[in-house]
Amino acid sequence: MNPDPSPVRLHVVTGKGGTGKTTVAAALALALAADGGSVLLIETEGRQGIAQLFDTPPLPYEERRVAVARGGGEVKALAIDVEEALLDYLDMFYNLRRAGRALRKMGAIDFATSIAPGLRDVLLTGKIKEAVTRRHDGARVYDAVVVDAPPTGRITRFLGVTAEMAQLARSGPIKTQSDGVMAVLRSPQTQVHLVTLLEDMPVQETADAITELTKAGLPIGSVVVNMATEPVLPVARMERAATGELTGADLAPALAAAQLPGGMAVADALAAEVVEHARQWAAQDALRDEVEDLGRPIVELPLLAGPIDVGCVFELAGRLEEHLRAEVAA
Amino acid sequence: MDLDALIGDPATRIIVCCGAGGVGKTTTSAALALAAAEAGRTVVVLTIDPARRLAQSLGLEELDNEPRQVDVPGADGELHAMMLDMKRTFDDVVVAHSTPERAEQILANPFYQSLSSSFAGTQEYMAMEKLGQLRASDQWDLIIVDTPPSRSALDFLDAPNRMSRFLDGTMIRLLTAPARAGGKAGLRFASAGFLFFSKIISKILGGQLLRDISAFVAALDTMFGGFRERATATYELLRRPGTWFLVVATPEPDALREASYFVDRLSSEGMPLGGLVLNRTHPPATTALSATRAEGAAEAVAEGDGEAAEFAAAALRVHAERMVHAAREQHLADRFTSAHPEVPVRTVPAAAGDVHDLEGLRIMGEALTGPDADTPTGTPRTRVLPARRG
Repeated sequence: MNPDPSPVRLHVVTGKGGTGKTTVAAALALALAADGGSVLLIETEGRQGIAQLFDTPPLPYEERRVAVARGGGEVKALAIDVEEALLDYLDMFYNLRRAGRALRKMGAIDFATSIAPGLRDVLLTGKIKEAVTRRHDGARVYDAVVVDAPPTGRITRFLGVTAEMAQLARSGPIKTQSDGVMAVLRSPQTQVHLVTLLEDMPVQETADAITELTKAGLPIGSVVVNMATEPVLPVARMERAATGELTGADLAPALAAAQLPGGMAVADALAAEVVEHARQWAAQDALRDEVEDLGRPIVELPLLAGPIDVGCVFELAGRLEEHLRAEVAA
Repeated sequence: MDLDALIGDPATRIIVCCGAGGVGKTTTSAALALAAAEAGRTVVVLTIDPARRLAQSLGLEELDNEPRQVDVPGADGELHAMMLDMKRTFDDVVVAHSTPERAEQILANPFYQSLSSSFAGTQEYMAMEKLGQLRASDQWDLIIVDTPPSRSALDFLDAPNRMSRFLDGTMIRLLTAPARAGGKAGLRFASAGFLFFSKIISKILGGQLLRDISAFVAALDTMFGGFRERATATYELLRRPGTWFLVVATPEPDALREASYFVDRLSSEGMPLGGLVLNRTHPPATTALSATRAEGAAEAVAEGDGEAAEFAAAALRVHAERMVHAAREQHLADRFTSAHPEVPVRTVPAAAGDVHDLEGLRIMGEALTGPDADTPTGTPRTRVLPARRG
């Protein structure tokens, strides 16, 4: 492990739908496990995205190893099943496992998890807190916990629901439990990272989420810019291409020299493609200032060619590792 | 898929755009609505959570939960747009279905306040409710509905049933049993069950919350019938002739998997599917040059000097990447089609930037409704790449 490890032990990864937060969460877990760390990656939305990413069978409700990192580190993954979590909870706090099973038969568990406002989220955050604080023989079981959390639109409510619950349940055990969860979530050992693309909507949602999270007293970590287009040309050339001055006529001689077929039609099409690429890059680049203005540490991940697989996750993990090191040093 | 005919047909009364989160359902709905208005229909689009600039361009800054007319110069028909206010819609339902005194009790109940703003599925239920209201008012001859940004496209269909099942479920009957079951058979079981249940729940949630729930349930009791009937009626509305579903997906495995689930579900429910909108595809500007050939040429050209060589090499590399990308998108689309050969597909190329004004919507509408083969690249709108010859 790092000689001077970061105090952050709970990494909550959120982002607008389609920004790749599951991939980023998985890569972050791998990055944190490098050099011998033990990391738990938690899935909260029941879509088995982690299992797909690591190409393993659907995760049961138990902590399973999904990847081994450099230096003997490992990543375990857990897909939380809300009903099971409630049964666990009944068992843990009230010795009610058997009664819990009876309740499930009656449909009461289904009822309770769908009707009690935010009970699902309370159970999820409760389980997350349990994993963060779990000890075995006095030592922490996990060096870090990474959560593939609900999207930016729901994140503040998801993390804050226990506080809301504490208000609804003004006394009783859930109040005590909620207070404990909020204490962890609001402490410096937690960071909420926001995944965005260099597109208007995701950047806007990221800004909104930062405002909401700050208001709710939840600590914010880094902004992860995902799937950034890497320029194929030096910046000055990209800028020229983006103006649209580039035409087929500029390319045709070089293409003809390489004995490519299609003549002017192909040259025009290729010019149009490079102009489009440059414009896309320019549109993304213009949003970098807005991302800077969010005032958070930024890490940029490139758009990888091809479908996302385990190899991609390791590649992105490498980039995140550098960022984490820089963060600890800062 | 001939969307032009679909939106132009006076028999088409409702179009529901479904799909996983982040695939462009809102933009698709708005683009179709604009195209329909320009084709002479009186159309209203119900959006759930539009991007801010798109909302502004549709004049949706005002959150009054009622449709507003959008000024579309030169359109034969009318375009109205609204953004769903979930809590307000729920409040309206409560007010409409109970006495003023009772409504006040319900609206003030802390449990109701949480339920109406955060119950999983409330947004879907309220979208259905609003759709029912719009349809009942009969002011529009076409209603286009965007669906909430759920994890799963199926949530839109499931949520209202879940809600009405909940309101009709064993647990509610247990909770309300002491209040209404004056000596009926089964009371003993109900009461025993209720006591057991409430004991456990109060252990978990604390007594105050349980009292809030009971008070809420008791206050709601009179309107259960209303809720259930409405949920069922709206669900039935979706099965009536004149309603069409469009499934929206991006050419990515997750989004297409969701689309597949949804297509299967619609067919098992007997609900009419218009087709799949494959949004944000990346067709190359030419397919005359293969990826391999472009890549090889890029290396050769890069050996030359000067700006022209640099640009040409870059263009070839960009093209090689786009061919590979397009081939992958086509492969995913083909896989969907081989599993669902009966579902027509319409591809919509990715816009250069975000779609946030009427002009952007018009361009997208053209891609959705324009003649199939008449594209600038010559690639049919049903495909990302032209079909291989021979």
